[in-house]
Amino acid sequence: MNRDSLLTQIGWFGLALLLALVLTVIVALPAGAPPLETIYVLFHGGLGSLSKIGRVLAGWVPLTLCSVGLLVPFTARLWNIGVEGQVIMGAIFCTAALRPFEDGGGAGLIVLALGASMLGGALWALLAGLLRVFGRVHEIFSGLGLNFVALGVTLWLIFGPWKRPGVASMSGTQPLDVSLWLPRLGTLSVSWVGLALACAAVLLVYILLHRSTWGLKMRAVGENPKAATLFALGPRRRLLQSFLFCGALAGLAGAAQVLGVYHRLLPNISSGYGYTALMVGMMASFRLGLVPFICLFFAILNVGSIQLPLQLGLDSSLSGVIQGVMVLSLFIVQGLRLWLRQKKEAD
Amino acid sequence: METFALTLAAILIAGAPLVLATLGETLTEKAGIINLSLDGSILLAAMAAFACSATFDSPWLGMVAGAAVGAAIAGVLGLIGIFLGQSQLAVGFILTLLSRDLAYFLGHKFSRQPGPDLGLWTIPGLGDVPFVGLIFGSQSPVVYLSLTAIFACWWWMYRTEGGMRLRAVGESPRAAFGRGIRVRLVRLYYCLAGGALVGLAGGAYSLAVKPGWGRPQGCEGAGWIALAIVIFGGWHPVRTALGAFFFAALQVSGIHLQELFPSIPAPVFQVAPFPMMILTLLAVNMGRMGWVQDIVRRHPFLKNFSKSWSIEAPAALGQDFDPKKGL
Repeated sequence: MNRDSLLTQIGWFGLALLLALVLTVIVALPAGAPPLETIYVLFHGGLGSLSKIGRVLAGWVPLTLCSVGLLVPFTARLWNIGVEGQVIMGAIFCTAALRPFEDGGGAGLIVLALGASMLGGALWALLAGLLRVFGRVHEIFSGLGLNFVALGVTLWLIFGPWKRPGVASMSGTQPLDVSLWLPRLGTLSVSWVGLALACAAVLLVYILLHRSTWGLKMRAVGENPKAATLFALGPRRRLLQSFLFCGALAGLAGAAQVLGVYHRLLPNISSGYGYTALMVGMMASFRLGLVPFICLFFAILNVGSIQLPLQLGLDSSLSGVIQGVMVLSLFIVQGLRLWLRQKKEAD
Repeated sequence: METFALTLAAILIAGAPLVLATLGETLTEKAGIINLSLDGSILLAAMAAFACSATFDSPWLGMVAGAAVGAAIAGVLGLIGIFLGQSQLAVGFILTLLSRDLAYFLGHKFSRQPGPDLGLWTIPGLGDVPFVGLIFGSQSPVVYLSLTAIFACWWWMYRTEGGMRLRAVGESPRAAFGRGIRVRLVRLYYCLAGGALVGLAGGAYSLAVKPGWGRPQGCEGAGWIALAIVIFGGWHPVRTALGAFFFAALQVSGIHLQELFPSIPAPVFQVAPFPMMILTLLAVNMGRMGWVQDIVRRHPFLKNFSKSWSIEAPAALGQDFDPKKGL
């Protein structure tokens, strides 16, 4: 596919977008969604004001952290579907690290909490990796199961040991002291620390995958595990390493949610970013350069869709529908290209 | 005795949609296709079934709508995965997320609305029979549907020529192609048939087991459990059905456990099947692990047991077949 010129590639991509648009309109019409107005509400809701852009960026941070992390296991052709659970575990560890310091603290504590969250995410990912390596449990099932288990742990903590004095509800634990919140970027609801972490993660993954021997070996494992075993590249070890790395970044995303957005532990702390990140990865065909931009687009959709129930009486899950339809359209167009090329070769 | 019979009845109804979904997935996977879209399919079919039965005031029409939706989603997977050569896992996963969001989006209007359900079937005379009467005397029609489906699937797979073709395309598509079977078409058919059964499972949830529609409906996650049960059951319809009832028994006993341990918050029990799913997969796969095989080799009498664990996936599961590349 790389032999195609840039123009052809953009053309095919545009075709996929057009198909996505048509399909979205088709599925949205029965719900009584006026197409143009819906699109206007979506984008105006996401980009209409400076504070909305702040919220988009606040969503971009965890999504980017998860998505770039996912590229590492995928390079070894592994599906880390457990990102969602790793985000939740990161959030739990982050909250756990800060609970003894209810009266607040300084930057040192925040660094400690970030470290704890990375540890939590990495451990949860390691569990899925160990189940795969030593238990032959496919990572899709262990990852998914662990997502639900992580959710169960959160619920147990919120309704059990960590419940607020007097009230235990879905609204989560006691909010953190203001001194433990991530510092905001001006008046925006996004923290510069989160933005810096996300950008650093993109850079780090680029260096690891494209500029290091570690990444080269990882790719070799992905391309041909049998040969990798023969060349003593240690596919099992690399599998665990890639899971650990991805889990640590996902855990960091959980910390960004706790310290930067909600300032407490909620049942919905991950906001589904783990699953969205998998879609981002597929949408980008796992090319690092595209990931931050697709994350931005998806974050705009997510923030904009909050306006749908308020202004049009529609369910906010339309953003998820659009994201899914886009990835599906890309698959359809890719399949059509393949089919056309085979047909041409057959002639 | 009475509580036991009533518990069995509760397990039968809780297991009915799981049985339908696992049988559907077994049919699909026997043909060599992995349909990962189960979880979303069940939810969207549940929504469609409820919406249709509420609109037309006919729960059976709702079941048909559910089956149609399930088949349609499976059809999308079949077309993109079989004929356009894209990754079945990736497409199935996207379809799960997409259908879940679509269910919430399109079902917004029907949320917490009143609607009909399938009700109970009372078989005259059976209610007076001790024990059995308590279980089957007055049961939901989906229970009878699921029990019939178990037998029908087993009979079709192992006692008919069609079933032989089905197993052939899943085990050895090249050989099947050589015998003149149109592999991709057969696979598409079983994708559709399996999807329809999965859709019925969705209808069974919103019209019988947990009647109604809302966010959450209560059947979220069932599809993933069903996928694991198919492996647990070793791709055999009777064994997978038993597995489904086993998980239903866990769910039912979860309600009792909640009464025993009031200090554990209720939502925790809802996720209990998932660690169980991981543990059962671990147990099922044990037999193929090197260190377990070593132990079995050293103690030959263990071989008798290892046979009953060992399961074989359809050999061509998840593999592409392109007839143009020939034999």
